Amino acid sequence: MPTAIIDYNVGNLGNLKNALDAQNIPNTIVRRPEELRGYARIILPGVGAFAPAVDHLRQAELEAAVLERVGAGVPFLGVCVGMQLLFDQSEEDGLHRGLGLVPGRVVRFSHGLKIPHIGWNAVAFRQEDPLLAGIADGSHFYFVHSYHGVLADPACLLGETHYGIPFPAIVRRGNVWGVQFHPEKSQNPGLRLLKNFSEIQG
Amino acid sequence: MLTKRIIPCLDIKDGRVVKGVSFTGLKDAGDPVELARRYNEQSADELVFLDITASHENRKLTLDLSARLARELFIPFTIGGGISTLDDIHRIVTAGADKISINTAAIQNPDLISQGAKRFGSQCIVVAMDVKREGDHWGVYTHGGRKPAGLNAETWAKEVQERGAGEILLTSMDQDGQKTGFDLEITSRISGALSIPVIASGGGGTLEHFHQALTIGKADAVLAASVFHYGTYTVSQVKEYLRERGVPVR
Repeated sequence: MPTAIIDYNVGNLGNLKNALDAQNIPNTIVRRPEELRGYARIILPGVGAFAPAVDHLRQAELEAAVLERVGAGVPFLGVCVGMQLLFDQSEEDGLHRGLGLVPGRVVRFSHGLKIPHIGWNAVAFRQEDPLLAGIADGSHFYFVHSYHGVLADPACLLGETHYGIPFPAIVRRGNVWGVQFHPEKSQNPGLRLLKNFSEIQG
Repeated sequence: MLTKRIIPCLDIKDGRVVKGVSFTGLKDAGDPVELARRYNEQSADELVFLDITASHENRKLTLDLSARLARELFIPFTIGGGISTLDDIHRIVTAGADKISINTAAIQNPDLISQGAKRFGSQCIVVAMDVKREGDHWGVYTHGGRKPAGLNAETWAKEVQERGAGEILLTSMDQDGQKTGFDLEITSRISGALSIPVIASGGGGTLEHFHQALTIGKADAVLAASVFHYGTYTVSQVKEYLRERGVPVR
């Protein structure tokens, strides 16, 4: 069964689709909540700010459908802002409630370094996981973000990156994974991560 | 640790890569996707494509190119040249480009920066600035460095940041094509004063020039065209040189 990429009018999904297509991973862009049921895996992309993203998701009535599918054990991957949406809340432009699938919150980088954090940075793996199979610990991935997650439960940490401070680059809670970087723009390690996700069985 | 980026730049005309040849104009230099693939193999961190197509109709070829690049290349790429409206940005981003670069249009209509950042996200909007030294300060130029914009480079850079641009691509018109090194002074002034990343451009001739731009110049990334086009250095050689000197690279 193919992988669903959720389209909720937040950014361009074409590149995520390209990265799956290039590896012959069956996938479909899905816009309607009732369509999500037909898929073995779900990817939630996202760029831009947290509040409009979560608003779009709710307006499209996708929040309940996502929570229902996650509850049913379907493997779920949030990418970039899609990862940030997994947390309980974000402090970007006021306080906004997230999906509450990964305990923690999203805060702005508050050190003196350049923001956004743009470019290739190393990810130190903290746990073994099927999502990371065949990828070297310390591989570089492409990041673009000004806010980062803070985990309330350290057991959810799969990969950590340093930018002034350590922050979670890869998280997991049960059948829900999140990556702060853009795997579709991270060349071989990113492509492999998406392939690994496509092989996870719910 | 965040690595410093090395970014080859390719000039595109009517869907093909072109190289400037002294006094004789432009020469066809091949298929952009082929060249992009080669740079990717040399571990280029990103690519910038500058569309110098004269006619509006042939810009469609750049959209086709973006779509082909996006299907084959899984690193970020930027398209610049001839972008003056939100619709232009939308078309290019929908075709698969990760970022767009605006220069003259940003000066003529600074709202394009703010509106572009709001609609597509700051990460999508790169503002290119062509600067020339004028005594003790630097002026901004438009139309490929031919027309003075009447703006102070440092003041304009701050406005660009405030309006929500994600990055600044800073080209020294004095140094561009000279291969005598980047303008370290203005690069370091602007990079030091801003919180967004600055990409240094114009003047890269030796490996040490790249090193200087990233250390003395405080640049977050370096963009170059001819040293890579003409095979003076590969991207890998630049990175190796930087790595040996303790600059973090991928």
